[in-house]
Amino acid sequence: MLELTPLIPALPLAGSALIACFGGRLPGQGSYPAIATLAAGWLIALGILGQTLAHGAHPPHWERSIVWAPTGDTVLRMGLALDGLGLAMLLVVTTVSLLVHIYSVGYMHGDPRYPRFFSFLQLFSASMLMLVLADNLLLLYISWELVGLSSYLLIGFWFQKPEAMRAAKKAFIVTRLGDIGLFLGLLTLFNAVGSVAFQDIFAAVDAQLATTTVSFALPLIGKVVWPLAAVAAILIFFGAMGKSAQFPLHVWLPDAMEGPTPVSALIHAATMVAAGVYLVARMYPVFHYTDHGSLALTFVAGVGAVTALMAATIGLVMNDIKRVLAYSTVSQLGYMMMGLGVGGYTAGMFHLFTHAFFKAGLFLGSGSVIHGTGTQDIREMGGLARRMPQTYWTFVLATAALAGIFPFAGFWSKDEILLDAWLNMRWVFYVGLAGGVLTAFYMGRLVIKTFLGEPRQPDIHAHESPAVMTTPLWILGFLSITAGLINTPWNPVFHHYVSFAQAEAPPFSLAIAAAGTAAAILGLAGALAVYRWELVSASTLRRMFRPLYVLFSNKWYVDEILYALLVKPLFSVCRAAFAFDRWIVDGLVNLVGWTGLVLSRIQGWLDRWVVDGLVNAVGYAVRGAGWLLTRLQTGLAQTNVLLAFAGLVALVWLLVYR
Amino acid sequence: MIPTWWPVALSALLFGIGLFGLLSRRNAIAILMCIELMLNAANINLVAFSRAVTPQMLTGQVFAIFVMAIAAAEAAVGLAIVIALYRNRERIVVDEVDLLRW
Repeated sequence: MLELTPLIPALPLAGSALIACFGGRLPGQGSYPAIATLAAGWLIALGILGQTLAHGAHPPHWERSIVWAPTGDTVLRMGLALDGLGLAMLLVVTTVSLLVHIYSVGYMHGDPRYPRFFSFLQLFSASMLMLVLADNLLLLYISWELVGLSSYLLIGFWFQKPEAMRAAKKAFIVTRLGDIGLFLGLLTLFNAVGSVAFQDIFAAVDAQLATTTVSFALPLIGKVVWPLAAVAAILIFFGAMGKSAQFPLHVWLPDAMEGPTPVSALIHAATMVAAGVYLVARMYPVFHYTDHGSLALTFVAGVGAVTALMAATIGLVMNDIKRVLAYSTVSQLGYMMMGLGVGGYTAGMFHLFTHAFFKAGLFLGSGSVIHGTGTQDIREMGGLARRMPQTYWTFVLATAALAGIFPFAGFWSKDEILLDAWLNMRWVFYVGLAGGVLTAFYMGRLVIKTFLGEPRQPDIHAHESPAVMTTPLWILGFLSITAGLINTPWNPVFHHYVSFAQAEAPPFSLAIAAAGTAAAILGLAGALAVYRWELVSASTLRRMFRPLYVLFSNKWYVDEILYALLVKPLFSVCRAAFAFDRWIVDGLVNLVGWTGLVLSRIQGWLDRWVVDGLVNAVGYAVRGAGWLLTRLQTGLAQTNVLLAFAGLVALVWLLVYR
Repeated sequence: MIPTWWPVALSALLFGIGLFGLLSRRNAIAILMCIELMLNAANINLVAFSRAVTPQMLTGQVFAIFVMAIAAAEAAVGLAIVIALYRNRERIVVDEVDLLRW
């Protein structure tokens, strides 16, 4: 079964090419082969899982590599590798991707570019699967960029909408900003270790990367001396910040809602944003170069905490159903980073695992709502529970999981993060708790405003979505309940597969679990109090906390700050470059051209009048002389005789008198 | 015995008349006649100088006979040409015979 691993990314990649070439002529306009490739990958991943479970739940160890581009003494090896972490990711990606594919059959029905959509989806899944299986940083980087490319293609799938076009561009450029860091980190590690393979890099951490220090100056802080590992890890984390939408590079993710909803589900659950978290987990030995107070991990935890809290506050005030979910994703990604940052390697990845299912469920559910009502604004919805019961119930299941209600999936993973935070970084624990309250509140608000109460727009005639869309919803709803059960304190299966340095899971703490649940219930109760029972009206709250409301609904002005700090200076540079190009470069080019023109004019004049003149003069002279001589040729015998006689006379005259 | 310059002068006179006729006449027959005149002027010169320089030998006289024979041949050819010309054009004006012109 393990030997079939390369097929998992290869099949969707081939499917993408196949659909791109023959799209419309394939069965189901290309959707059936697309689903088949992922189903095959899913089955293979399940098979591997089954095999390892049967042999005592030991994570798989499999790798195959080939020599790639040997240049001089440097021999790069490219290959695939599968371990516990990879297997967990494979399961997430194939499951969610498969369900999204199936769901898209219904959601994208009738779209004029239907086959193209599936081709892009396949490319997206294939690049993410390759990213997960890469055994070296270079292949990971290549897949990373492919993920970025396909997200660009899919977010901008409805490119006739200017907002979608802008969102796609924004997603691509903002993530590129982080990718610069990832690439610098890659170069740093390659420079220090001489190899890009994970094995070689990790082997060099203790002896080389952690002990070598580099000193450099940071703005605002001054001169610092850091271990090389910390520098490389933070650079790599910049890449993760871009892809996983961490503050301040999270701005692209809410805008990416312009893409078709299945794409949002895929981006938010399995493929795009998971890549950043996965990257940190994969490079964890470099981040965790020391057991005590790793700079890189503190940085990760800090960024994660800021992101988690900030995104949750923005989620409170958004009115677009998909944007609320988008900020929720950003917030949850912050949670994952927090978990990784506080040393909860298993906890962070576990949250990624469970989040993938319930967030995919939420997004597909919101897609179903949008499909049924034709609007995305929750102020125009309400009372949909009766019209769309299946969507409603699956949505509620996923919401409970996201809020962290016992025993739903989110409870188990969030609890682990909080536990690790409590043990290692106390302040992160409080941030996590506050985030938990906010999460429960905005999700409660979303459900109440969308599904409960009376319909607010009488002219919207909502209808339930077809079975091809609700079936994935039920599967994801089921997973929202059960996915957490793979890593309960009494049966930590997930921990066997995904753990760092074989550390034992911290013992379960009832107090922490109670605190987390209390936070969730507090948030939900608050939402119910405001939006369902209307003990306090939302508008009163808005007035009371006006400055905060303005701050939140303007998304903490991050877009504006980024615009002022990055985009505007860039634009001025561009304008300067343009002016330089326009006036100096073009001027020089034009000068050269103009000089050539003048020279050629002069040369042309010389050629015409001097050279041609000489040639013509010769011609005219010959013609004139010829004309003169023809006068002699009268053709009359008498003239000839006369001339002969004259010649004779002349000869005699010459002979006699000279 | 008459002095040598008399026949030489006569010869020069005849040659001049022949040359003038040759260059100025338009009639082909007249031109042939003028050529005869010039040949005979040369004959007179040959005979006169032969008599004056080598009276014992008849070199000049024999040479004159040869010239007359050639003149007869020339007249035959010339007259044939004139007749051919006449047959073609019905005129024997040499001014009109300028086909050799450029």
